[in-house]
Order: sequence, then structure tokens, then C-alpha cells
Amino acid sequence: MRSTVTDSTATAAVAPRQTAGGRGASRAGGPARRRRRTLTAYLFLAPFLVLFTTFVLAPAVYGLWISLTDWSPFRDVQSFIGLKNYADLFTSGSTTHDDFWQSMGATGIFVVASVPLLVVIPLLVAVLLNQRIRAATTFRTIFFAPYVLGVAVVGLVWGYVLDTQSGILNHLLHSIGIRGDIPWTVDTPWVWVSLVGVTVWWTAGLNTVIFLAGLKGINAELYEAAALDGAGAVRSFFAVTLPGLRPVMLFITTTTVLASANMFGQSYLLTVGGPGNATRTAIMYIADQGLSQNNMAPAAAMSYVLFAFLAVVSIVNFRLQRERVEKGVTR
Amino acid sequence: MSTPILPAAAAAAAVEPVDEPRRTRRRGPRRPVATTILYVLLILLALVVILPLVWMVVTSFKTDADAIRNPYSLPSPLSLDAYRTLAGGQQPILLWLWNSFAAATLQTLLILVTASMGAYALARLDFAGKKVIFGLIISTLLVPPVVFLIPNYLIVQNLGWLDTILAITVPGAAGAFGIFFLRQFFVGLPVEIEEAARIDGAGDLRIFLQVVLPLARPALATLAVLSFLNNWNDFLWPVYVLLSPENMTLQPGLSMLQGAYRTHFAIVMAGAVVASVPVLVLFGIAQRQIVESVTGAAVKG
Repeated sequence: MRSTVTDSTATAAVAPRQTAGGRGASRAGGPARRRRRTLTAYLFLAPFLVLFTTFVLAPAVYGLWISLTDWSPFRDVQSFIGLKNYADLFTSGSTTHDDFWQSMGATGIFVVASVPLLVVIPLLVAVLLNQRIRAATTFRTIFFAPYVLGVAVVGLVWGYVLDTQSGILNHLLHSIGIRGDIPWTVDTPWVWVSLVGVTVWWTAGLNTVIFLAGLKGINAELYEAAALDGAGAVRSFFAVTLPGLRPVMLFITTTTVLASANMFGQSYLLTVGGPGNATRTAIMYIADQGLSQNNMAPAAAMSYVLFAFLAVVSIVNFRLQRERVEKGVTR
Repeated sequence: MSTPILPAAAAAAAVEPVDEPRRTRRRGPRRPVATTILYVLLILLALVVILPLVWMVVTSFKTDADAIRNPYSLPSPLSLDAYRTLAGGQQPILLWLWNSFAAATLQTLLILVTASMGAYALARLDFAGKKVIFGLIISTLLVPPVVFLIPNYLIVQNLGWLDTILAITVPGAAGAFGIFFLRQFFVGLPVEIEEAARIDGAGDLRIFLQVVLPLARPALATLAVLSFLNNWNDFLWPVYVLLSPENMTLQPGLSMLQGAYRTHFAIVMAGAVVASVPVLVLFGIAQRQIVESVTGAAVKG
């Protein structure tokens, strides 16, 4: 141990992010010391591992088991029925098929409608904030602020802004001459406009600050070089800014797709899944089936199907964009 | 939604741009017209973002009649009726406020203790099975929370925790984000300080408590703020695991308010104010930490 001090100081000077793992060799003692060190480490990890095993690992396996049974909370013994719950989801005419795929469709519509806006708007706002301006931090703080609110607050406030009869938005539209109350939260396609709009208002600030951090990482010399070549603001946006943001873009598209695919509260609070079940998202349907209707087994199967979908989407997105990132680097 | 649980693979894929904000500002002369347009745009955007919140606060200080008749004037007279009705009404909002505080605080403490201990082991100690455990923890960052919803409900039910504060504090503390976040920070701490303490004869526990934790204070503070916000704003889970009105937190409580006071704008907005003031204040105090922590994962990996 003691003899390694000078060593590790020397390496630390070269690589200050040296990890404990790197010192493994120098600390290897006899098997007894090794065992004691392992014991110490597990004692440190124990409280977290107890939680992690009980509420993350166990439910992941337990959920899979539930999805393979005909689980009923009213029976003591549950029987194994293999992949039937999954098969039902893919068999038209089964009790769950139509509603589940409708909810997946609603989630799909929301992802497709919200993600482009949640990428483009924050990108443009971040570019504006990255100019030499006063009070950039104040603007950043304001744009980010809605994101710290809970969805219940967002739902309540916008519920009244968008109310058909007495909402402030229709009131405002009246006063500029647009009559004919727009059914913001009760009829298609307005419900989608509302859900997407509210989500953009609520979460665009998150992507904005991430883009802004990415923009600050782009070397200013690249802009100067572009300017010398006679590139204007638009050219240098496409030639310098966008390529420079590729890694950040990958992160943002991935997390935004996942966030939109997990949409629940906005629909629950603003449209109650309506009209009909048009805006009932997959998460809403799964929670309702599993926790309100006691259809736990089919609901567990649905959650794994949704998981598989999201995994595929994430991998495809990752592959597509990583290729571009690599090309961008080698060019 | 809630505070971001950032998928690790995506975070790792986003590589490190340089940390030199000064150099990266665009240079060159500014045209006054362009600058004016820029400010007008930003101010308009800021208004769009902030007006619904201003409207929420203003409406909460109106009487019911005033709120309906004059939706966008200032309150006249300034009225605390909405807050009085809320405090004395059927819906125990003060109890919800207390429950939210208690749950968010408890869960934050639980996360700080378990994640800091675990992260220390993962960042600083060598032991058999370390890679496997770290890999398991990281891989669960990518699993959508809905997968855990139904089994965790049954687990909580079997533990007899439904409709108790334990249901909304303990399971949520098991997430991988805290331990992942702190491990990143611990790995970056210089090893020499620890080595010096070891030479002085300090054991792992003393090093952890007296050397590493004090150095990690900024990271612990950031994690505390994020955890608190996350728990305070959690919606789906409490909606299903809390059953009786007196055990609710503010988020599921608010959706009950909406039903109870359907057309009473002022009262519902007062409820929204009660639920947002604590987090907006917290954001005001810790905004730099919050913004840096959400961007850090994306930009630094």
C-alpha cells in the first residue's frame, strides 16, 4: 500500500481521472485480505443492493413471470399459461388486442407529432441564446422553469387555459375575432395540438439547455473559418453547427423519443384519454388494465411488448445517428 | 415524466466537447437591427413560457366571480378566498403539502445514504463481482419504468405498504440514477487525498465519512435537489398506490381538486400555486446545479 503512493501520484499527474480499478494490482494482497476487501465493499453496497434487488431486479423477473400466467388477485394459486398473453396481443379479436394497439397507436401519434418540435424548437432557441446577448442566463432560466413543475400543475393550469367554454385561450381568440369555440381538450385533431403544445411548453427548456451546452462546445475557429470562406449565418449553421452537435443530437433524440413514448399525465389530466379512447396512451392503458381492472397478466405482457418496441426504436436511432457521427469525425 | 433519468448508453455516446465557453462565442460585429430582432424574439418566447404561470398566480388571488368575469385583468379586489376555501375545504390540501414534503425528504435521504455508500464501493474499492453489479445497475437505466409498474405494485401490496408513505418513498429510491451519478463524481476525485488518509491509518469507513463525503458535498447537494424534485413531481405511481384522501401527496391530490372544484378557477389555481411554489423556490436557489446536472450527462458522457 504505502509503496504505491509515489506511483499513484505520478500516474495521477498524467491521468487525474485514475480510478480505483487502476490501482487493483498494487493493492492485491493475500487471499484473506482480498476476501476482507470484498466483504467491506459489499457492506458498503448492501443498503443499495437490498433496495435494488427488491424493487428493480425482482420486479423485472416477477413481471415476466406474471405475464406468463393467468394472474388474478382474487386467487391464491396462479397457473402458468406460457405465451398466451403475448399471443392474445397479436391476435385480432382477443379482448386486449384492439384496445392495446389503439393505445400504441395513440402513443405513436404523440411521438411522431411531438419529437420533431421538441428537437427543432429547442435547437433554434439554443442558437438564439448562444449569440452574444445580455441576460442570456435569465432567458435560459425562464425557458427551463416549466420543466421543474409536476405534470399535475401543468395539467391544471393548461386545463383552464384550454377549456372550451371558459378557457382563457378561446376567450382571447374571441377578442381577436375568431369565434366558434375550439374544442381544445375534447375533440380531434385539437386534442393532439393541445397535448403536443402543452408538452412543448413544459419540456422544451430541458432540450434547450442541453443544446446550448453542446453549442458552447463547438470550436469558434470553425465559425471563423466558415466566415472567411464567405459562409453566411445559414450556411455556417448547416456546415458547422449541425455537424458539431451530432453527439448531442443523438442523446436528445433518444431521450425525447423515450420521454414522449412514456407520456401519461398530460392525457390523464387534460383529455382523460378522449375523445373516445383517441388519446389514451399505451402507459395509460397498461396502468388502467393492470391496476384498476385487475388484468395484471395481460398488462404485464403489454409492458414488455412496449419495452421491446422502445428498445428497437432506440437501437435503430442509435445505429443511424452513430454512423453519421463516425462519418462526421473521419471527414 | 419527472426529473430525467438519463439513459446511459445515449449519454456515453455523446462525446465531450471542449469546456471553453469564452472561445466559443461567435465574434464579429453585430448589426443593431439583427440584435433588436433577436431580443424581441427572445422576449416574446419568454412571455409565452411565463404567462401561463403568471396567470395561475393572478387567478389564485381572485374571487370566483372575478375570475370568470375578468379572466385577464389583475385581481380586484385582491382576495385570499381561494386559499381560505382550500385550507378549510373538504380536500385536506395542507395535509397533502405535508405528505409531499415528508415523502420527498425521506426519499432524498434514503437515496443520499444508499447511493453514496454504494457509489463509493463501485468507484473506489476493488472486489469480486464489481463489473457484474455495475453492469446490472447501468442496464436498468434503459428499462422504461412501466415494466416495473405492475410487479412493484404487487410487491408493495404484499409488504402491506399500499396507501402508506413507504410506498411512495422506498421503491423509488432503488433507481440507478443516484448511484450512477455519484460514482461518476467519486471516480473524478483525486486518489492522493484518500491515500494520505490511509497512511494515517484510516479505514474505509473513516475515509468514506471524513474524506470522500465532505469532498462530494456539491454532488450530494445536486443529487438531493434532483431527488427531491423527482419525488415531489411524481404522478403516475402515487395516483395508483395512494388510496385515501388523507394519505395523498399534492400531485394526485391536485387531480382530485380538479374534479371537486370543476368550475372554480381561483381555487384550483390556488392549489396549483401551493404545489409549484416549493419547487420554483428550490429551482431559484439551485438552478445552476440543476441545469448543469441535466446537461452534464449529455455533453460530457
